[in-house]
Amino acid sequence: MHHLIERRALLRGGAIGVAGLGLSGLFPAWAQSGSAGLAPAMPTLSGDDIRLTIGQSDFTVGGRSAHAITMNGVLPAPLLRLKEGQNVRLHVQNTLDEDTSIHWHGLIVPFQMDGVPGVSFPGIKPKTTFLYEFPIRQSGTYWYHSHSGLQEQLGHYGPIVIDPADADPVAYDREHVIVLSDWTFLHPHQLVVKLKQEGGYFNRQKQTLAGLLRKGDPEEAMSLADRLMWGKMRMDPTDIADVTASTYTYLINGHGPKENWTGLFRPGERVRLRFINAATMTIFNIRIPGLPMTVVSADGLNVRPVTIDEFQIGNAETYDVIVEPTEDRAFTLVAESIDRSGMGRATLAPRLGMTAAVPPLRPRPTLTMKDMGMGGMDHGSMPGMDQNSMPGMDHSAHSAATAAGAAASMGGMDHGSSGSMAGMNMRDKSKVPPTVKVGVGVDSIAMAPVDRTGDPGLGLEDVGHRVLTYRDLMSLTPNPDKRPPTRTVEVHLTGNMERFMWSFDGEKFSEGVEPIRFELNERVRVVLINDSMMTHPIHLHGHFFEVVNGHTGSHPLKHTVNVLPGAKLTFDLTADAPGDWAFHCHLLLHMHAGMFRVVTVRPLQGEAA
Amino acid sequence: MTRTLILLTATAFAAPALAQHSGHAPSTPATTKEKPADPGVPTAPHGAPAGATGSSAQSPAGPAMSEQADPHAGHDMQASPPASPIADPHAGHQTGTQPSSQPASDPHAGHDMPDMPTQTDPHAGHAMPSSEADTGSAAPGHEPGVPDPPVEPPPAAALSGPRNAADAVYGPEAMADAREIARREHGDIITYNVLIDQLEARVTNARDGYFINAQGWYGGDIDRLWVKTEIESDFGRKPEQAEVQLLWSHALDPWFNLQTGVRYDFEPSPSRAHLVAGIQGLAPYWFEVDGAFFLSEKGDVTARFEAEYDQRITQRLILQPRAEIDFALQDVPEIGVGSGLSKAEIGLRLRYELVREFAPYIGIEYNETFGDTAKFERAENGDVSHFSFVFGVRAWF
Ligand SMILES: [Cu+2]
Repeated sequence: MHHLIERRALLRGGAIGVAGLGLSGLFPAWAQSGSAGLAPAMPTLSGDDIRLTIGQSDFTVGGRSAHAITMNGVLPAPLLRLKEGQNVRLHVQNTLDEDTSIHWHGLIVPFQMDGVPGVSFPGIKPKTTFLYEFPIRQSGTYWYHSHSGLQEQLGHYGPIVIDPADADPVAYDREHVIVLSDWTFLHPHQLVVKLKQEGGYFNRQKQTLAGLLRKGDPEEAMSLADRLMWGKMRMDPTDIADVTASTYTYLINGHGPKENWTGLFRPGERVRLRFINAATMTIFNIRIPGLPMTVVSADGLNVRPVTIDEFQIGNAETYDVIVEPTEDRAFTLVAESIDRSGMGRATLAPRLGMTAAVPPLRPRPTLTMKDMGMGGMDHGSMPGMDQNSMPGMDHSAHSAATAAGAAASMGGMDHGSSGSMAGMNMRDKSKVPPTVKVGVGVDSIAMAPVDRTGDPGLGLEDVGHRVLTYRDLMSLTPNPDKRPPTRTVEVHLTGNMERFMWSFDGEKFSEGVEPIRFELNERVRVVLINDSMMTHPIHLHGHFFEVVNGHTGSHPLKHTVNVLPGAKLTFDLTADAPGDWAFHCHLLLHMHAGMFRVVTVRPLQGEAA
Repeated sequence: MTRTLILLTATAFAAPALAQHSGHAPSTPATTKEKPADPGVPTAPHGAPAGATGSSAQSPAGPAMSEQADPHAGHDMQASPPASPIADPHAGHQTGTQPSSQPASDPHAGHDMPDMPTQTDPHAGHAMPSSEADTGSAAPGHEPGVPDPPVEPPPAAALSGPRNAADAVYGPEAMADAREIARREHGDIITYNVLIDQLEARVTNARDGYFINAQGWYGGDIDRLWVKTEIESDFGRKPEQAEVQLLWSHALDPWFNLQTGVRYDFEPSPSRAHLVAGIQGLAPYWFEVDGAFFLSEKGDVTARFEAEYDQRITQRLILQPRAEIDFALQDVPEIGVGSGLSKAEIGLRLRYELVREFAPYIGIEYNETFGDTAKFERAENGDVSHFSFVFGVRAWF
C-alpha cells in the first residue's frame, strides 16, 4: 500500500514537473487534498530563477466553474520556497489582455521591486515579461499577489515560504501551508457596484422584527432601546463584513468546504501550519476543535510561543502555529468569517478520507459601544451624558472584554431604556486634528478611542476558550532599534458605510492627497485611530513595524495589523527603506474605494542627505 | 387578478417561515462520513525519496535539514532532526496565554502600573482628540506610561530627493501614466443605479389604474446625474400625471444630497416645465426622505415631501410605510391644484425580496385631496379620497 501511494505521489510530481499543473489540473502540489505536507521532494518553485505566467484559467468550486486569473494555471498560485540569503530572479510573464503585477507581501525588497503599479513601478503590460530581482533577507511565511485592479479576488495569490539561513528555532516534523481566501462568482467590479448601490447588500444577518420578538436568541440580544440608538445614528450594529457568505465560498488551499481540503499528519508529530489570509474581504476566526495551537510566528517573524485555541486573522496577516495531534483521528480546521455568515473548512487527518464533526456557525456578533469609539469613556468624564443615555452597552459582549481595561470603567453602566443619545455628536470635529477632513466620507468619529491590543477581535470576547490577542505576541528576538520615537504621526481610519466610501484622514487617495513622509532611518510612532465601525487590516509595504502592546523591547514585528473599531493602535517604525511605499487597508474593496496612501522615505540611497 | 393576489399573499405569508432559516449556516458544510480510501497512507513528508524527481538540488532543503543530498531519503523520519528540542527551548512548551518570562529590557511588560496613570495623564479616560496615551485605562501589559512623542511635521530631509522615487528607475512618462491609473483605482469609482421603487396596479372601487415611480443615478460619490419619473394613470386612459426630473445631485454630508435641476410634466395638460431644488437622503432612524420645491414656468410654486421606511420582518420580508404630501403656494386651476396642503398619500407595502434586486409586493394606499384641490376634484367628479389595494414589484439594478 505504501508503495502504491509513493508511486502515485511520483506520478503526480512528474506531471507537475512537466506541465506545472497538478494531477487535477487545478491545484499546485502543496494545495492538493491529501497532501502529506511540504517536503523537500515536492516540486515547488525554488532556486535562483523562477518563472511565473499570469493568465486566465477555469476554476471550479462547489461544482460550478468560472474564469480565474491564475499563476502557472493554478489557484492558489504555486508555492515559492526560498532560502534566506539567496538572490532570486522572478520572470513574470503577463499573458492577460490587461496590466498586472505581483507584490511580494511582507518581503523586504528594494522599492522598485515591490510591485505596486503607479507607486513602485509602471506595472506589467499585456504580453510582456517583467523581471523581479532581489536578495532574500528574511525567513518565514509570506505570500504574493496582484496589486492591479481587483485581480486578487479572481485568484491571483500564492504562498511564499522562506527557510532560515541558520537553524530554525521552531522545531517541527511536518508542515502544511494553509492559504485562506474567498471566492465569488460575481465579478469583483460587481461587488463594488452592489456595495455602492446598497452598503448592506451582502448582509443577510440584519436585525429584524422577528428577531426582536424571538426572546433568548443570542443573535438578537439587543434591546429595542439599543436598536433605536443605532438607528438614530444610521449605523447598523450587524454590519461586520461588507461581503459575506451570501456570495462568498470560503476557500482553504483553493478548496471549498465541500471539497474539504485534507492535510495529513502522523499522530505524535509536531505539525507546523503556516496560515496566510489571502482573502479579498474576509477576516477569519481560526480554530481546530480539540487541538490547541501554539503560535510561533506572526507575519513571518518568530514570536515567543503562545498556546491558544482560536485566533482572528486579518487580511494579509500570516500566523505559523504548531499543533501536536496525538490521537489517530481527524480534526476539522474551521475558518469562520468574522460575521459568521459562513466558513472555510478543512481537515487534518492521519489518512485521506477521515473527517471530524464540523461545528455549526456560531451566532453572529453585534457591535458595541466600544466599537463605536466610546471605549475610553467613563461616568465621570462624560458631560451631558447620564447612564440611561448609553443604551448601546451590550453586557454579554463587553463583560468579557474587561481585559482591555477601558471596558472595566464602563462595567457599572446599565442598560438604559430612554434610547436617547442626547448631547452626543457622533461626528464631533473637535475630536480630530484639522488635518482630518470631516466631510461626506466620514460618518463617525471615535469620541474616546482606546488601545484594543488586548482584545481578541469582534465577537471573540466570550467564546469560552483562549483567543490570541496582539498583547500575547512578543518578538522572539529583541527589537533591533532601541531608540524611542521622536515624533508621532496620527492617521485616522475613516469611512462612510452608507455610501461605501473609505479613506485615511477623510480623504480618498483619488483626491490627490500628499504622501506620508518619513526621513530615512527616522524613528516614528504611528498612531492609527479607527473612527469607523469596521475592523481594518492595515498594511505598510517595505517595512516591519513594532506593534506597541506593552512589551517594550520585545514588541512583535508586523507588516499588517488589524485595527479594531474604535481602537487606537500604535506602532513604532524605523523608516529604513528608502523609496515610495504603499500603505493601505487590505480589505481590497476598502483600498479600491480610497483607503490608500503613499509613504515616502527620503533621502534615497546614494543621495546627499 | 384575484388569483394573482392570492398567490402574492401566499408568498408573503409563507416567507417568514422560509426566511427563518435563511440566515443560518447556508454554507455550513455537511459532515461527511467517507470511508478512508487508503487506510495505510501516512506518508512522512521527509520519507519520500528526495532524488526521485531529480529535483532535489533545486528544492531547498526542508526545515532544519541539510542542504546536501538528503541522507534520510527513503527512510521513515519519525524522529528526524528537525524535531530536536534543543533548537528551541520555547517552541510549543509554554502553554500560558501570556508568556511568563520577560526580557530583561522590559521590566514593566505584563505588569499593571497602577500608580502611573493619574499622575502622568490628567486626561485619562477622557475623550482626547490626539494620541494621548490612555494610560488611565491601561490594562495589564499596556505600554507603561510612555507618552507619545509630539505630533510634528516630517523633518526637512524627508522632503529631499525626487518627488517620485520610481521615476528615476522606470522613466517619468511610464510612471505618470501608471500613477494616474493608480489614483483612479483607489477611490475614483463611477457607478450607477436604477431603482423602480413602485411598479404597481391599483385597484379601487372606482377605476383601476397603474402607478410607476422610478429613479436612477450615475456618477461618483459626491456628484451624480439623477433622473426621477412618476407616471399615474387609469387603465386604458392617457396618464393623469407623467413627469420626468433631470437633476444634478451633490452630496452635502454622509447621508444627504442636494438635488437641483428641471422637471417636465407631460401630463396633466397643459404640460409645463419647472425648476427643482430639493434634498434627498437618509434621515436618522433610517428614514429615506425626499423633499423638493418646484417653480413652474408660469411662476407657480409647489412642493412635495416623501418619506419611507423599511421595517424588516425577516431578512427578506419587509414592511414599508410610505407617505407623500404635496403643497402649493397658490391655486393652479388648469391642473386642478389648490393652494396650501393639496394632496396626501399614505401607503403600506409588504414586499418579499426573492433576491435583493427583485421584490414583489402587496399593499394599500390611501389618497386624500384637501382644500381647493378637493374642490377642483369634486368639480371633475373625482374622488376626494379613496383607498386602493396595490400590488406590484420593486426592482433595481
Ligand atoms: Cu478597511
